[in-house]
Amino acid sequence: MPTATDATLETWASQEYKYGFVTDIETDSLPPGLDEDVIAVISAKKGEPEWMLQWRLKSYRHWLKMTEPTWQNVHYPPIDYQSIIYYSAPKQDKDRPQSLDEVDPKLLETYEKLGIPLHEQEALAGVAVDAVFDSVSVATTFKAKLAELGIIFCSFSEAVQEHPDLVKKYLGTVVPYSDNFFATLNSAVFTDGSFAYIPKGVRCPMELSTYFRINALSTGQFERTLIIADEGSYVSYLEGCTAPMRDENQLHAAVVELIALDDATIKYSTIQNWYPGDKDGKGGIFNFVTKRGKCQGRNSHISWTQVETGAAITWKYPGCILLGDNSVGEFYSIALTNNHQQADTGTKMIHIGKNTTSNVVSKGISAGFGQNTYRGMIKINKGADRARNFTQCDSLLIGDKCGAHTFPYIEVKNSTARMEHEATTSKIGEDQMFYLNQRGISTEDAVSMIVNGFCKEVFRELPMEFAVEAQRLLEVSLEGSVG
Amino acid sequence: MLEIRNLHASVEGHEILKGVNLTVTAGELHSIMGPNGSGKSTLAQVLAGRDTYEVTQGEVLYEGRNLLEMDPDERARAGVFMAFQYPVEIPGVNTAYFLRAALNSIRKHRGLEELDAADFLDWVKDKMKLVDMDERLLNRSINEGFSGGEKKRGEILQMAVLEPKLAIMDETDSGLDIDALKIVAKGVNTLRSADRAIIVITHYQRILDYIVPDFVHVLVDGRIVRSGGKELALELEEKGYAGMEQKNAATEPVAS
Ligand SMILES: Nc1ncnc2c1ncn2[C@@H]1O[C@H](COP(=O)(O)OP(=O)(O)OP(=O)(O)O)[C@@H](O)[C@H]1O
Ligand SMILES: [Mg+2]
Repeated sequence: MPTATDATLETWASQEYKYGFVTDIETDSLPPGLDEDVIAVISAKKGEPEWMLQWRLKSYRHWLKMTEPTWQNVHYPPIDYQSIIYYSAPKQDKDRPQSLDEVDPKLLETYEKLGIPLHEQEALAGVAVDAVFDSVSVATTFKAKLAELGIIFCSFSEAVQEHPDLVKKYLGTVVPYSDNFFATLNSAVFTDGSFAYIPKGVRCPMELSTYFRINALSTGQFERTLIIADEGSYVSYLEGCTAPMRDENQLHAAVVELIALDDATIKYSTIQNWYPGDKDGKGGIFNFVTKRGKCQGRNSHISWTQVETGAAITWKYPGCILLGDNSVGEFYSIALTNNHQQADTGTKMIHIGKNTTSNVVSKGISAGFGQNTYRGMIKINKGADRARNFTQCDSLLIGDKCGAHTFPYIEVKNSTARMEHEATTSKIGEDQMFYLNQRGISTEDAVSMIVNGFCKEVFRELPMEFAVEAQRLLEVSLEGSVG
Repeated sequence: MLEIRNLHASVEGHEILKGVNLTVTAGELHSIMGPNGSGKSTLAQVLAGRDTYEVTQGEVLYEGRNLLEMDPDERARAGVFMAFQYPVEIPGVNTAYFLRAALNSIRKHRGLEELDAADFLDWVKDKMKLVDMDERLLNRSINEGFSGGEKKRGEILQMAVLEPKLAIMDETDSGLDIDALKIVAKGVNTLRSADRAIIVITHYQRILDYIVPDFVHVLVDGRIVRSGGKELALELEEKGYAGMEQKNAATEPVAS
């Protein structure tokens, strides 16, 4: 029998989404629809070289032969790919802004509302930010300072212009253009994103960060990020995402590729707070994302940390190809689904090199009518002697109308592999709530205390200031959840 | 401070408390004894506000307010504390963090300044000495993996930290070795004061050698069948509850 506390926990009032404003700004947009001409226009608008256009067209032609995947445990109305606007950019004087002073003040205001004041970012030490607004990148702070170290951090479009050799060498080497329906679509129509290259032996002295923002109506966001850590280098990168509140669903199909060479380390953190839809499940972002890292070199290390609290649908499996001997891949995830949100997320760890290690810690929180699926694949190839995997997969249920599901896939072709898998499902107990209440802690604080405690191992992986941000975000997502 | 009048409570349709009357004044220490399943914990939990128990009749006044109308966290902030017979494990939630949050919510209610992490640590360290508890327990998850005795001491520690006005201790002495028992008793005695009332629920007379009660009540089948001074505990030890009930039924029937 559900107890009274269950009932109070279930009365999830509509959660406040504070990033739901729309910026009234003149845009330069294409009409909805997709064909080779649209792709040619996108490419032309970006002044891309011929090889880039050809890569897009190759992807597009491949995409036409593909069908949308259906294996995932999420349900949504069919997406009409011809009703999406594939390019929308804030109107600017024909040249891209060279410095922040040239950026439209309204855009800067938008980022300020989001808590990313670019002007201050420039002054305050700590984080270099690239901000992507709909389809283009509007500003990259700290660029000069990074350039002194030989670090390249710029928009993807700029990288295509300024560093074509690097882009050409690595683009599609981790996520091939033909990888999957959404990644292939992205390869055809991607508009912008971030690019980073850390040269040999350089430890990037600050967090690199990208802020993605969908603003325009009916716009899809298809950004593409490519990060290359050369031998012995280190970089920590963070992306954050928000979007206005709208009744229509909007598609976000991104691709992220990471490459770590010998002895290099990449830490990639995501705080995903796309508009989740209202409490009845109307509107919200469809988030279909392909993220993969390649530990190409010996002793290389790639670590994914994600805090997924937004989006109506989340579909993403940040993974690692552990090619180099002794390489390490990690995946730390918090996925919160409230109201009618659905998440099907997890990781894919492919062990190829010897002595490779992967660690997976997944924390799924379901509340309201939320459905949370962990899907993880661990594959140990034949030559991956002494590979090790540790997977821990915990689900926390709040109320009894939500669901948690776990689909682990394990494929071991080498007998020296060591695999450990732990999974738990728990409910916030009425007795736990009462215990905390009895000590003077309100029900709302008690829920967030238990949820934060549940997620602790993942918060620990985030850079300090973002851990604080992530905890706050979880609290906001839980706000008004209890009567 | 606390006035319980004709309190009836049931769980899933079974009546467990069948008309409890009890008056507790500030400065007093009451002991409630009674056989297993007689409703002692039920009484404690009803006073603390657990909503799995339904109050079907009667009233409870706490400092003149209707206690039954208050939410459990409100009651706690107003000074009601219950030491749990079975303290609950809460994985992932750091004990020090939890206890500071609890203390600050109560301090805020009392109009006192909230304590930061450093001040809190000073505050709690003194209290830990009182119950002779290992400081390392503060850095662990609430009650998780604590031994039975550690859990019970933890309850006393929390009581000492939160400084309640009305403390209800549900079998805090059960499962303790003699040294731990003395420590718990010392903790309770330190907390005894003119403006605080304590209710000690126990099965054993032996703790009452260390915590001398002003009143002893015997709860049988959801009713207080006898009340007296500390000597009543000794009589109980001799005769057991069976005799008590009979005597009661014959000489002083309780109206229901
Ligand atoms: N949640 C519940 N569901 C069903 N029955 C319950 C529940 N809680 C208590 N009871 C029943 O109510 C009666 C009184 O229980 P209570 O825990 O108050 O006894 P107690 O006097 O504290 O006993 P003990 O000395 O063993 O701790 C018991 O018969 C018990 O089984
Ligand atoms: Mg009991």
